[in-house]
Amino acid sequence: MIPLWMYLVVAAALFCIGMFGVLARRNGVGVLMSVELMLSAVNLNIVAFWRYSTPENTTGMVFAAFLFVVAAAEAAVGLAIIISVYRNRHSVIPEEADTLKG
Amino acid sequence: MGEFNVWTSLPAVAPEVGLAALAAIVLLLDAYLPQFKNRTRNIAYVTAAGMAALALTPFIWAPPAGTSELYWGGMIRHDALGQIFAVMLLLAGAITSLIAVEDSGAGQKSEFHLVIIVATMGGTLLAKSADLVMIFIALETLSIPLYMLAAFRRMDGKSAESGLKYFLFGSFTTALLLYGFSLLFGFTGTTSLAGIADGLASGTLLTSAFPVLVALLLVIVGFSFKISAVPFHFWTPDVYEGAPTPVTAFLSVGSKAASFMVFMRLLIEVFGLNPNALTLDNAVIQQFWVGLLTVFAILTMTLGNLLALRQNSFKRLLAYSSIAQAGYTLMGLAALQAQTAAGQDLAMASVSFYMFMYTFTNLVIFGGIIVFAEYTGRDQISDFAGLQRRNPWLALMMTIGLLSLAGIPPAAGFFGKLFLFQAAVQANLVGLAIIGVLNAIIGLYYYLVIIKIMYVDHGQDEEKALPLPRSYAWALGISTVVVLILGVIPAPIFDWAMQGAAAVRLALGS
Repeated sequence: MIPLWMYLVVAAALFCIGMFGVLARRNGVGVLMSVELMLSAVNLNIVAFWRYSTPENTTGMVFAAFLFVVAAAEAAVGLAIIISVYRNRHSVIPEEADTLKG
Repeated sequence: MGEFNVWTSLPAVAPEVGLAALAAIVLLLDAYLPQFKNRTRNIAYVTAAGMAALALTPFIWAPPAGTSELYWGGMIRHDALGQIFAVMLLLAGAITSLIAVEDSGAGQKSEFHLVIIVATMGGTLLAKSADLVMIFIALETLSIPLYMLAAFRRMDGKSAESGLKYFLFGSFTTALLLYGFSLLFGFTGTTSLAGIADGLASGTLLTSAFPVLVALLLVIVGFSFKISAVPFHFWTPDVYEGAPTPVTAFLSVGSKAASFMVFMRLLIEVFGLNPNALTLDNAVIQQFWVGLLTVFAILTMTLGNLLALRQNSFKRLLAYSSIAQAGYTLMGLAALQAQTAAGQDLAMASVSFYMFMYTFTNLVIFGGIIVFAEYTGRDQISDFAGLQRRNPWLALMMTIGLLSLAGIPPAAGFFGKLFLFQAAVQANLVGLAIIGVLNAIIGLYYYLVIIKIMYVDHGQDEEKALPLPRSYAWALGISTVVVLILGVIPAPIFDWAMQGAAAVRLALGS
């Protein structure tokens, strides 16, 4: 069987890629995608930990299920906000949206 | 916990059940009420009255004195601290609905009030969560509505931009926080805070403290964003300025208060006072977070106050002021390291009291800004010149609010700061307390400048009286009275918080 640490390494790598994306991407949609990547890493972590440490109780599975449901809700709101920004200024790059400064 | 019984468990979530019912009522009213002149206004009044009435439920279904029991399968703690935060958030929601009534972009759409109800529900749940899953869901129930509210004026580029920034930073932090949660779950195989503490204490899964420190760091960074602590504060001024003002008002009190409470619970239950917990490198872990929070507190107070000095926009100034206030409150969290039981209780109680008085103080000032901006269309600090001659009552109420933020008696802020400094001193953080006092003096300057502008300076439209609509008169009047009462007799709320803190501490020992 594949050992637990392999899952954790993959999750950590995904998380770091996502974090890099959030910090480096300028496009709002790109940032949102990177955040989703980070959340996937979290989910992978939780499911792997659950399977290897406490498969007899369902806490981990429940946590993972809640996580992706809520993440979907968050993404829906986020996309709506991005569309509303786009309608206002025809750009989804947060730095170009710079009426707020100081 | 014993056998699950829905009737004995319901009191623990009475405010939330009520809020869900209220949300349904408001939704139905919005759908089926025919069009008439003051339709949205009446929906706002129903919302405000409903939430104000629900603020009584924590008194009716109070937890037995001195207990902090787990309910709903260990998801919820029913204790006095949770009740204090429930009362505070429900009143904040009610007042926000009232002061939004005249705001054309926000409160005059009926969905606004519905979303405020849902956000309040997330906040009250967050303040009493005792499980990682519950914390996560409550946090998102609070945050997702706030993202929507920040972007509520769809046709206004500033509001949409503020919503975008808040959403991107907020969801990024949630991801960081969750990664920390997933590690804590992995180390111990459970999501309940008490279970995690015991799991870390048994030390069966880990041989060093390092992985715990990584998880702890992620959790601290996550919450630092939510409470806008430096160096994770940069979203605050932009979001505060761009969001519709009633939303900013709720954001600055509701979201912050609930996040502080749950952060405090996490630190106490998992990484802190639990005598059974953390035999594994116990001291290292506690020193780590106390040190980190001390540094954050100093940076947050100092930077918040210094940047506030050079602001022209009232809302931006309040954003930096709220960063500074978060810094003072972080002192209370750092003071959780106190060795004595009395010191620990004082730390918890002082944070709760500070958040309680801060909620009402901030709502007074934001309410004043909304009235002023709605009538004149401007919200720069210089526009408030001569406010005293345009509406003496409004100027007086805002003055009391500003004095409270500055920490001058007879306003509540004086005792709020006093308790925090006292807690820091009792926890052997004398240096931190001194820096806090110095910062309070810097803060005094820019709050007093605004008061001077309102009373002494002369503005252009000084002859035009500024009407104060009745709903605002009520909302601001009640908040001001609460601020004054807390400033003269803080004992009832503070003793309540002390009892709640003692209950939390005793529950850890069992």
